[in-house]
Amino acid sequence: MTRNGPIALIFHSLVVLFMLAPLAIVCLVAFTPENTLSLPTRGLSLRWFEAVFRHPDFVQSFWNSLWLALLSATLAVVLAVPAALAITRWEFRGRGFLNALFLSPLIIPHLVLGVAMLRLFALVGATGSFGWLVAAHIVIVTPYVMRLLIAAITGFDRSVEQAAYSLGASEATVFRRVTLPMILPGVTGGWLIAFINSFDELTMSIFITSPSTVTLPVRMYMYATESIDPMMAAVSAIIVGITAVAVLLLDRVYGLDRILVGQH
Amino acid sequence: MSAAPARLPTPLILSAPAALLFGALILTPLVLTALLSFNEFEHATGRTHGFTVAHYAAVLSDSYYLEIFLRTFRVAALATAICVVIGVPEAYILSRMRNPWRSVFLLVVLAPLLVSVVVRAFGWSMLLGPEGPVNAVLMALGFGRMRLLYNEGTVIVALVHVMLPFMVIPVWTSLQKLDPAVEQAALSFGASRATAIVRVVAPQILPGILSGSLIVFGLSASAFAIPGLLGGRRLKMVATIVYDQYLSDLNWPMGAAVAVLLLAANLIVMLTYHRVVEGHYRRRLG
Repeated sequence: MTRNGPIALIFHSLVVLFMLAPLAIVCLVAFTPENTLSLPTRGLSLRWFEAVFRHPDFVQSFWNSLWLALLSATLAVVLAVPAALAITRWEFRGRGFLNALFLSPLIIPHLVLGVAMLRLFALVGATGSFGWLVAAHIVIVTPYVMRLLIAAITGFDRSVEQAAYSLGASEATVFRRVTLPMILPGVTGGWLIAFINSFDELTMSIFITSPSTVTLPVRMYMYATESIDPMMAAVSAIIVGITAVAVLLLDRVYGLDRILVGQH
Repeated sequence: MSAAPARLPTPLILSAPAALLFGALILTPLVLTALLSFNEFEHATGRTHGFTVAHYAAVLSDSYYLEIFLRTFRVAALATAICVVIGVPEAYILSRMRNPWRSVFLLVVLAPLLVSVVVRAFGWSMLLGPEGPVNAVLMALGFGRMRLLYNEGTVIVALVHVMLPFMVIPVWTSLQKLDPAVEQAALSFGASRATAIVRVVAPQILPGILSGSLIVFGLSASAFAIPGLLGGRRLKMVATIVYDQYLSDLNWPMGAAVAVLLLAANLIVMLTYHRVVEGHYRRRLG
C-alpha cells in the first residue's frame, strides 16, 4: 500500500478541521462565563448549563424528544423485524413494492413528509397529538432499521435454523432462540441509529408538533431564530455529548463504519 | 372481500403492520397533499375548496418563485460540486491510511452526520459571526472585519459541512471494491501517479461519485434548517418558502404546490440517475 504524501495529509488535516470546527466552538462557548457568545477566555463557567436546566421549555422539550425517540425506535424495530424477514425470505407478489415503500422515506424530502402529515393530521383532527407524532417518527426511522436488518438476515446461515427444526423445535422457539440472537447486532444497531435520527429530526417535526409536544431540535430552531445567547451553546453541547455517547455505543455494538458505509 | 376468508400467505401477514402504517402515513398524506395543491384558497377566510391550477401557474410564472427555485438549484449545485472536490480526494486519502488512523478519521469525518443539524448551523453562525474566530483571523491578516453571515456563501459552506459525509460514504464504498493491485500495475508500467488516478482509479469510482452527488444535490435542494438559520430573512430557498406558506401565510394549497414540485424534481433526478447508471453497467457487462 502506498502512503499519502505531505500535500494529501495537509488536505486531510484541513478537512478534519472543517468537520470539527463548528462542533468544537459550540462546546467551548457553552462554558463561557460572559453574557454574550464568546470563547471562555477568562475562566470556565457552568452558568449556561444551569440556565438550560432552569428553562422549563427546554427541559420539557428534552423529555418530549427523549420519549419520542425511545418509543419510535422501539416500535420501528418491532415493525421492521417481521417485515424484513418477509422481504428477505419469501418471493411474493408486491415484494418489490413493499421494499420500495419501506425505504421511500429516505428519498422523500422530510419537508414534503412534514407538510403531507400536517394535512393528514388536520383532516383527522390529530394536530398536536403525541401519539401521531410517534407514528410519524416511526415511519421516518424504519428505513434505517430495515437496511441493517435486511443486511443481517441476508448474511445469515439458515442451516442453523434447519438444524433446530430437525431437532424438533417449534417455529416460535427457533425464532426466539436462533433467529433473533443471530440478527441481534442488526437489531441493536438499527435501534440506535433510529433513536439518533428521531432525536435529531427537525424538518418534519416542525410542521407537526404543538406547543406541548415541541421536540428539542424544534425548540432550538425557534429559539435561534429569535434570540441567540450562550444558552443555545449549552443546549448544543449537551446534544453533542448525548450524540457522542450514542455513537460510541453504536461503534461498540455494531461498528459505526458498517452502519454508515454499509460494509460487512 | 371474499366470503370465506382465504388464509393469507405468511410474508403478507409479517409485513402487514408496517405496510398499513406506511400506507396510512406516507401514501395517504402524499395523495392528500397533491389534491390540496389543486384547491383554491380564500385569503379572507382561509378556506380551501374547488379545483384550480393557479398555484402551479403562479409558481412557474411569478418571478419571485422562479428566483427562489433558481437560487435553490444554484446553491444545491454549488454545494454538490464543492462536496465532490473535497469529498472524493478525502475518501481516497482515507482509503490509503492504515489502521487505527483509518478507522479514527473515518469516524471523525462521518460522525458529525449524526449531530443535529440545528447544532451544526449554530456552530457555523458562531464561527462566521462578527466576533467569531474566522473574522479574528481575517482581522489579524489585515483584511478587516467582514460580513460573513446571511448570504449564499454561508449557506453553501454550511451545506457542504452537512453533506460531505454523504459524498464520502459512497466514494469510500466504491474504493473498497477496487483492487489496489490494478493501480500498482499502472504505476509499475510507468504511469505517473496523476495518470494512474485519472485513468485507473477515477473511472472505477465514478458510480460512487455520481450516487454521492445525487444524494447531496437532493438533500441540499430540500434543506430547511441551514437556509432557515443562516440565510436570514431575505435569502429564501424552496424549503423555507414552503414553511412560510404553511405556518405564516397559512396558504396551504400554495405551499402544497411548491412541495409537490420539489418532490417531483427530486424523484425525476433520482430516476434519471438510476436509468443512466444501470444503462452504463448493462452496456459494460453486456
